[in-house]
Amino acid sequence: MTTQATTPRDSPAAPPALPPARGPLSEDVLAALAGSGTRLPAADAVRRSDPYGDDLQLLLYVLYELHYRGFAGVDERLEWDPALLGVRAAAEDVFLDALRRGAGQGGKNVAEAVDELQLEPVGDDGHSVSHHLRREGELWQLREYAAVRSLYHLKEADPHLWVVPRLRGRAKAGMVAVEFDEFGAGRAENVHAQLFADLMTDLGLDARYGRYLEAAPAQALAVVNMMSLFGLHRRLRGALVGHFATVEITSPPGSRRLAEALRRVGAGPAAQRFYDEHVEADAVHEQVVRHEVIGGLLEDEPGLAADIVLGIEATGHLEDLLGDHLLAAWREGRSALRTPLKP
Amino acid sequence: MVVNREGPILVEGPVEVVGDDGTTTRSDRFVVAICTCRRSRAYPWCDTSHRRRKPAGPAESRPDDDGRQPEKSEEEPRP
Repeated sequence: MTTQATTPRDSPAAPPALPPARGPLSEDVLAALAGSGTRLPAADAVRRSDPYGDDLQLLLYVLYELHYRGFAGVDERLEWDPALLGVRAAAEDVFLDALRRGAGQGGKNVAEAVDELQLEPVGDDGHSVSHHLRREGELWQLREYAAVRSLYHLKEADPHLWVVPRLRGRAKAGMVAVEFDEFGAGRAENVHAQLFADLMTDLGLDARYGRYLEAAPAQALAVVNMMSLFGLHRRLRGALVGHFATVEITSPPGSRRLAEALRRVGAGPAAQRFYDEHVEADAVHEQVVRHEVIGGLLEDEPGLAADIVLGIEATGHLEDLLGDHLLAAWREGRSALRTPLKP
Repeated sequence: MVVNREGPILVEGPVEVVGDDGTTTRSDRFVVAICTCRRSRAYPWCDTSHRRRKPAGPAESRPDDDGRQPEKSEEEPRP
């Protein structure tokens, strides 16, 4: 017997369909989720796979998604299936090792790492997606950008909520205050994920949850998988906080450029509103996150400093890989997605 | 209210700010960041324009959207 939600298929709450596999590892896991296979990838095979490759990233993504909205036709009990959790743990080891390597040598203290995030480069260093889009982004590139980012923005702030029971005092109060704002401060129409869905509709995209998973490149899956990894493991609470601070601190300048890009190509008011709101909201959030959340956590648990820096640097590392992928494709005039968008 | 020399004034919301021209701007946010550097394009709210700047990488640096030149002016023609 399977346990499945009885949500009507056309409801906005309906879970998405399972995506196609991207290799042998994700193929076995997807078959297990669909109930059409019982063989699971061996730990060895997982350990040998490319940490940032499509196969491993999709495997992690679909297993993490069981903790968010799930997939149509997948037994809800599989969220806590011990065999699947074993596969996930092997994949997480590979991913986390790569993140530690990519994050650099360490040795930086939290204050230095946070200060660096606040330094805005003067001008465009040629690696910034928001600078590119503001200056010369075409409508089709902005649509691709929104499709790629929809993996996170349609679950915006969700993975960060998992850290709340692991905090106390100022860190907890600050985190919850920011999250309350992310979730619309009590107003459903202002939930940031809803503002992003409105942006997608303005751009002629399908705003239903999870629709662009198949189209998204591995680099985009990795960004979301990192949040899930940090959010789901109490031992990585410091990294989750560092990651969250990075998002909030770097958001206002980037959001302003994206709002300008959308205005320039004549996108509708909802498309502009999402990024305008993020300029103003995140200018507040970054203050609360730096002083209350990071400050409070370090006061309680000074031993987490290195993990906070890991969260900051891993986020920068994965965002760089995604940005390089998008810009390389767009500069050659080709799509950065795995499957083209409908016009 | 929190006053910080290098950043905005933080005030518990909701807040109404009356500008020089008599117009009122309102924010219901739990905390509101009010611009003190006067560089914000979302004035009276902070948009982080007060931040210090660092020169971009020399290879491809271009003036930014405010027309500010990188400190090291090694701009190259666009590819």
